[in-house]
Amino acid sequence: MKILVPVSKVPDTTSKVAFTEGNTKFATDNVTYILNPTDEWYSLVRALEIVEKEGGSVTVIHQGEADSEQFIRKALAIGANDAVRIDAAATDGYNVALNIAEYAKDKGFDLVITGKETIDYNGFQIGGMIAEMLNVPYVSLASSLEVAGGKATVSRDIEGGKEIVEVSLPCVISAQKGMAEQRIPNMKGIMSARTKPLAVVPALTETLTSIKVYDLPAAKTAVKLIDPENMDELINLLHVEAKVI
Amino acid sequence: MSVIAYIESNNNRVKKTSLEAAYYAAQTAKLLGTEAIAVALGTHDAAELAALGQLGITKVLHDANARFDSFDSGAVCKAIATLAANSSVVVLSYNQNGKAIAPRVSVRMKAGLIPGATALPETNGDFVVSKNVFSGKAIAHYQIKTDKKVIAITPNSLQIVRGEGSAAVEAVSSGVSDADFVTVIKSEEKASGKIALTEAELVVSAGRGLKGPENWGMIEELANLMGAATACSRPVADVHWRPHEEHVGQTGFTIRPNLYIAVGISGAIQHLAGVNGSKTIVVVNTDPEAPFFKAADYGVVGDAFTVVPKLIESYKKFKASSH
Repeated sequence: MKILVPVSKVPDTTSKVAFTEGNTKFATDNVTYILNPTDEWYSLVRALEIVEKEGGSVTVIHQGEADSEQFIRKALAIGANDAVRIDAAATDGYNVALNIAEYAKDKGFDLVITGKETIDYNGFQIGGMIAEMLNVPYVSLASSLEVAGGKATVSRDIEGGKEIVEVSLPCVISAQKGMAEQRIPNMKGIMSARTKPLAVVPALTETLTSIKVYDLPAAKTAVKLIDPENMDELINLLHVEAKVI
Repeated sequence: MSVIAYIESNNNRVKKTSLEAAYYAAQTAKLLGTEAIAVALGTHDAAELAALGQLGITKVLHDANARFDSFDSGAVCKAIATLAANSSVVVLSYNQNGKAIAPRVSVRMKAGLIPGATALPETNGDFVVSKNVFSGKAIAHYQIKTDKKVIAITPNSLQIVRGEGSAAVEAVSSGVSDADFVTVIKSEEKASGKIALTEAELVVSAGRGLKGPENWGMIEELANLMGAATACSRPVADVHWRPHEEHVGQTGFTIRPNLYIAVGISGAIQHLAGVNGSKTIVVVNTDPEAPFFKAADYGVVGDAFTVVPKLIESYKKFKASSH
């Protein structure tokens, strides 16, 4: 079983979100980056579990410049066998998917498992794009994944519930909560990560979208406190002022 | 070069999220001086499709192939791309199915995608669409650089307005074959009678402040009374007080209902990331320092076990008087 896991680096959730150069660039000063949680906790760990059971290898792939290497090493420390860095800053989702598909197309991967979204640009798009580029089945928003007999059985979110679906390998799955539990790298993992193979490949540059400008949401007006004894007033405000009931 | 809206139905009713897509497509068509055409695949009710005319759709292309009733992202993508061959914009909801379809359509049509639009496009000069980024902490205005465009809209981000009109429903073949359906659906689990969280306009949510799963009766009572969906915070889902399907927040669902009532949830930044698009937020918490109050429109500093029953009584009175 050969599994490819795309991983992204993102600003930590608690980072201050601000912009520079006339609100056209994200201000990276003092921002702490982390591995994207759905990649680290769900897709990577489930890939490792499958390989531990079925045999095979897990390759992580990341698009980013040389300063991304510490995040790739972390994924290796958690247990991936080897890694690929696409040597360019990530631009739009299409471009990242294009580079991953370009790398994966002739490598014989049985599975590509992405996280459902990155917590910075919240796109939910890489998995579906890679599937279409590779012309393979895609199952999105998966909370469980079992592999047997050349097929993947996946629990996928639908409105108000779940469905269990089966697709043939190779395929692309996007993983979310429920798929696996976070693994903390141990000392042995961290030591061995230093010497695991990390290939650097050139990037294609085509993009379909670009961000012209950012802005911040309108500031929230101060909370209106309601007397806990007077819920009639709250209901009245929700009806008359907020007009939501 | 028309604008296409992709339409889904559930139990023969067009989904609310698809009504939003139809309305968005019609408004976009108006901006571009063209017409809006809907694409419907599989089993749909003809009258429901014709009624899309009220939202500004002029024509519905309906491929009634029943194989579409079992969702397959690749087959739907191929059908949309075929039927949208002469269109410039494809609009669909970024609901669960939309998240699987839209990225594929973007690649197949070589059309730049906005994954989660929250407003109508600006079409004077560059084609620009805004979307929330950094889990709602900022808005990015994306330019789509390609001639063809795919706009996947965040559920509940625009208010539809119905007018007069009826759309002509035309039976078509989208050119997919049985071989295009590669997903086998083994089973489906749906909580019957419950309102789907990601589509709900009203949501009642609770967290650790409720002290134990046995205390959720009042939350469910309030939700049922209001016609709201129930939700919960991560710690509560993690200890299995509530099912994961209810978990909203950064690693759970992102929702943007008209009203989000949070009971006994402190409002950690990871939780806010999933709910800060809500139009109105009510927070009930014993701790006046709870960070959630900073994100709330209305706050009640008090004990959930006395506040929620009072809220239920007040809502009953309101309901009785307004009917």
